[in-house]
Parts: sequence; structure tokens; C-alpha cells
Amino acid sequence: MEPVSTIEGRAIPFGRKNVDTDVIIPARWLKTISREGLGRGAFETVRAEPGNVFDDPANAGAPILVAGDNFGCGSSREHAAWALLDMGVKAVIAPSFSDIFSGNAFKNGILTVVLPQEQVDRLMEVAREQPITIDLETQTVTTPFQDRFPFEIDPFRKHCLAEGLDEVGLTMARGDAIAAYEARQSQAMAWYAQGTQAA
Amino acid sequence: MASRPRTLYEKIWDAHVVETRDDGTSLIYIDRHLVHEVTSPQAFEALRMAGRTVRRPDLTLAVPDHNLPTTARLDAAGQPLPIADPESAQQLAALERNAPEFGIRYIGATDAAQGIVHVVGPEQGFSLPGATIVCGDSHTAAHGGIGALAFGIGTSEVEHVLATQTLLLKRSKTLEIRVEGELAPGVTAKDLILHIIGVIGTAGGTGHVIEFRGPVFEAMSVESRLTVCNMAIEGGARSGLVAPDETTFAYLKGRPFAPQGALWDEAVEYWRSLRTDEGAVFDKSVVIDAADVQPTVTWGTSPEDVVAIGGTVPAPESFADPSKQDAARKSLDYMGLAPGTPMREVEVQNIFIGSCTNSRIEDLRAAADVLRGRHKADNVKWAIVVPGSGLVKAQAEAEGLDKVFIDAGLEWREPGCSACLGMNPDKVPAGERCASTSNRNFVGRQGPGARTHLVSPAMAAAAAVTGRLTDVRELAG
Repeated sequence: MEPVSTIEGRAIPFGRKNVDTDVIIPARWLKTISREGLGRGAFETVRAEPGNVFDDPANAGAPILVAGDNFGCGSSREHAAWALLDMGVKAVIAPSFSDIFSGNAFKNGILTVVLPQEQVDRLMEVAREQPITIDLETQTVTTPFQDRFPFEIDPFRKHCLAEGLDEVGLTMARGDAIAAYEARQSQAMAWYAQGTQAA
Repeated sequence: MASRPRTLYEKIWDAHVVETRDDGTSLIYIDRHLVHEVTSPQAFEALRMAGRTVRRPDLTLAVPDHNLPTTARLDAAGQPLPIADPESAQQLAALERNAPEFGIRYIGATDAAQGIVHVVGPEQGFSLPGATIVCGDSHTAAHGGIGALAFGIGTSEVEHVLATQTLLLKRSKTLEIRVEGELAPGVTAKDLILHIIGVIGTAGGTGHVIEFRGPVFEAMSVESRLTVCNMAIEGGARSGLVAPDETTFAYLKGRPFAPQGALWDEAVEYWRSLRTDEGAVFDKSVVIDAADVQPTVTWGTSPEDVVAIGGTVPAPESFADPSKQDAARKSLDYMGLAPGTPMREVEVQNIFIGSCTNSRIEDLRAAADVLRGRHKADNVKWAIVVPGSGLVKAQAEAEGLDKVFIDAGLEWREPGCSACLGMNPDKVPAGERCASTSNRNFVGRQGPGARTHLVSPAMAAAAAVTGRLTDVRELAG
């Protein structure tokens, strides 16, 4: 995964609340066996609306998306994160995110930035005219108008994003601890250990 | 430490901690992993690229469900019929190839036990109380109905579980939803969970695991509990739980992958300890009076957009939050509904009885009870019943339910996810309405432009009879 440091550029002022993953990428696009190319189906139903922010030439290739509360609710499809990546989006700013979406975004190197609604409103305003900068190291969002909004991020997630770490590889290195758990469980709760071997 | 009263969630969590890191993240062991064709191809591909194997293929079960057509799967000679859509065919073929390559038990499209993963897991006794269960599908929450900590994951996490049988997680907050009293006759588990989502909102459970508590859930069948927990995710919670009890044990006993003999007895003894302790504290608590729950339908494009069947389409201005007003306007525009319209006057052209929410035998019996001796209305153009699994289908046929549906003018189909999300050919035409027993009324969910009204199986059957959203209690007797 590419390490994340500073994300700078135009931000798509979307702003909608409760954007579900069916809106981010409709089910008909899920039939792929690859992670690539999903940007074509991203926000398909929104793009059917005249004057939508996604087809505004000013936002072409914008690396940041600004959205409302509960972004990414609904299905667990990681295709939503892949679709955003394929559009060129590397960070989403919103007052809140669904749990599954923020996990999926993180695992694909997309930064989810949680800011209070009034700061998101301010960024929506700025985004119409000017670029926005997100700095992971200092955990701040800044604008050319001297706005400076600090944000919180889980230290482990920050570390993985900054280093571009592969979480599977990290956990595989804990194989001994996992084996020790399995040994304990097969003694104390053997009914969980037998799985499909039971029949 | 051990004497501190704990919630059911905390007990299951504590029993699965491999190790906890300084930042509070824990490596959590996963007991059961269900895999389907849509969210797994990229995970298997990543394993292949990195030269990695599946750590515990025996704790993994693969079943195709999302893409499968629900029409006949075998020709007259008993040979598998090809899948017409090349992309669906490719995705199904990938799972059929990946499962044996990685040593995973595979229940294929023409296997008698095939079905929707969330129906198959409990039905096969693969899902067990107190287990951690994951699947690349948000409705994995369903398995909480047997007292498992079950939640949906993304494809990167599918890969992580395949490779390590663990997930790195932070402890969730806990949300108690206590329902007091008794549900009125004609009011089902589906009506209750829709009502609950209406109360807490689609983000009400974000960051939380819900435990559903109180006499209503204790009296419920396992199947109804699966329905309730299935839609926990529609309230924003990754998991919902109902404490396992004698009803759960009776349901699981003797199922193919359930423990047997002395191991079964030991397991049950442990499962009996899986109850929230007296004095345990939830981060949040919501109390609901069962008497307030009516047969419930949705009017908009979010599962929180619910109203009792006797109610009317709300006016956007009736919401306090300006952004909700805006969302409601957009919803009503999409749904083609005017504020003030009685829900009972809303005509439907399509009926879908199925999905991981409502496709078990109890659901089909409830729908058949309404349809027996009746016929669908002329304005209902398309009405399908899609059993949750081959075993549900066989059971329904043994009870003659298939004949009830067919005589009533409904189609009796093969198992799968079907029109819940329309990844297979089962879609609702643009601009038409569907009374659907599924879980999401999102824009375009059942097909581009499709208008979904979420209802219980009995309510879907009632809508089929009258051709409009109907209070099933009016058809009783």
C-alpha cells in the first residue's frame, strides 16, 4: 500500500448525509473479480442528476470528498472504497462514518477524517473555489484562508497509513500467539475448533 | 476482574482475545467464516499473489448466493444450466475454483443445502452460540439471533481472516434495546425491527453492538431472532445479539456441523453462561413498548423511514432536522409519493418474499397462511417467493406451501439473494413499486428506479392479495 502523508487538492463538495454504499457503487458493478475500474460506476445515480458535483470539470481528479453524517452506511462492499480510489479520491471528510466503511477505507489507504458539522460546512464553502490540504502527520485540515481544523485518528491506523503497512503480513507475524490461542480453545471449547470437520 | 458483571458481548469478546496491544486494539479469534462469491474473489487473488494459504479452511464455509438465478438450475437431463450473465458466471466460477484450491468446504449451486449464507450457517449448525462469525456481507449480523457475535467485513478483512483466522478490532460500545410487554397479534419480528430502526435511526447503533433484551425476544423463535438481528446493521450496529437459551439449543441440536454427544452437553453448559450479568452496564439503553408496534412499512429510501400501516406518508416539513427534510423530499420524489397519502392506498405491482431477513420456513408459512385460498390482485404483475435455502424449499414443499403460492398466482423459485439486491436477473422495473420482505429500500437497490416498501412476509402476502399495501389484520379469518 502507498504510504499516506499529505493530501492536497480540490475537494468535491458533496455534503449529503447517510450516503449508503449502494449510492457509492450500485450492486450491478459488484460482479467484477478485480479491484480496478469501479470509478466508472461510482455515484452513478447521483451522476444522473443534472449539475451534479461529480461531473463538474473543476472537480475532475479531486483527491478529497466532503460528505455529511453517516457516510458509507449499508452494505459491507469494499467496492465502495475501490470505486473511490479509482476516481482518485484519497480522503473523505465527514462528521461521521459507518464502521464498516471506515475500516474498508483505511485498509485501502483512504483517510477518513471526522470533523464537526460546522467545520465540514466551512470546508464545503471553501471547496467550491479553493483546494484543501490534509496532513496526516500533524492531523490537520487546512485551507488557503487560514482555516486550521485538527482531527483525531486511531494511532495504529495512523501508523499503518503513514508507513503503508500490510496488515495481513503484520498479523501473520503473530502466528505463535494465534497458535497458542487455538491450543487453549481446542482444550477448553473444543466445539468451536471442529468446524466443517464435524460432518 | 472476573467478578465484574459483564454484558453478553463482553463475555464473547473476552473469550476470543488472542492478545491486546498497547493502543487498546485486540487481535480477535474468528471461529466461523462464511464466504460467498461477491466479496471473496479479490481476497483469494491477494492470497495467491502473496503465496499465502488459508489458516483454517475447516472453519470456513463457501456458498454462492448473490448472483445465482432463481430459475431452474438443472436441465431435463439433470445437467447444470449455464448462467446467462457472463459477469455473474465469472464470479460464480471463481468461487467454485477458489474453494477447492484453498481446501474450503463448498456447498455448490445445485447442492440440496445451497442457500443464502445467513440462512445456511444456522441451518447447518455451522453458526454456534458464543462464536465469533464473520462474512463479507453486512447482514452477517443475522447470526446474532443464535447468540453469536457476528458481523460483516470488507474484502481486505476477508483476506485477513482467511490468512490468519483473526481480525484486529477495537471493543465496541454496547447498546441495550429492551422491549417491554407483548407484541399484538399480527405484529411480527420484522415489524418490530423496522419500528426499532425508526426509533434509533440508521446511525443510532454506530460504534455499538446491540443486545436485544426482554420478554418479546425470549418468547421468539430462533428464526424471528435471526430476522431481528439481521437488520441490526440497518440501525448502524455491526452486530445484534439475543442471548442463547433453551429455544436456541433445541433449534441447533442434531444439525450437521453442530457438536454431538458429550461435546454437545459441554457446549450447552457453557452457552447457558452466555447471558448479561445482573448489574452489567450498557453504554446506552433504549426501551420500547411492544404495544406501540403496529404492522410497519417504509415510505422512503432509508430503513429508518418507517410508518405504521394505518399511517400516512409524512410531510418533509414534519422533520425537525433540515437535512432530514431535504432527504425526505428527495425520497418522496424518488418514491413518487405525496405527503398525506394513506399508506393503505399505495398500489404495488411487485411482490418479493425472500432474502436473508425473511426466507426461512416460518416466514414462508406466515405468507402462505395469508395466501391460502386467495389469489393475487390483477395489478400485481410479478410476485416471487424465493426460499432461503434448498432445505427450506424442500420443507416448504413437504408442507404443500409451494402449491399455496402457485395457486395464488405467485412464482416459486430456487434459493438465493434474488431481488433483495438484484445482482441476479430478479429485478423490479424502474418506476414500479415492490412490497418486499428484504432489508434495504435504498435508491436503486432492487433495480434502477425501483421503489421498495419493506414489509413482513405476512404483509407482503396481504399486499399481493389486494394489490396495495394492506394491514394484514384486515384479511384475517
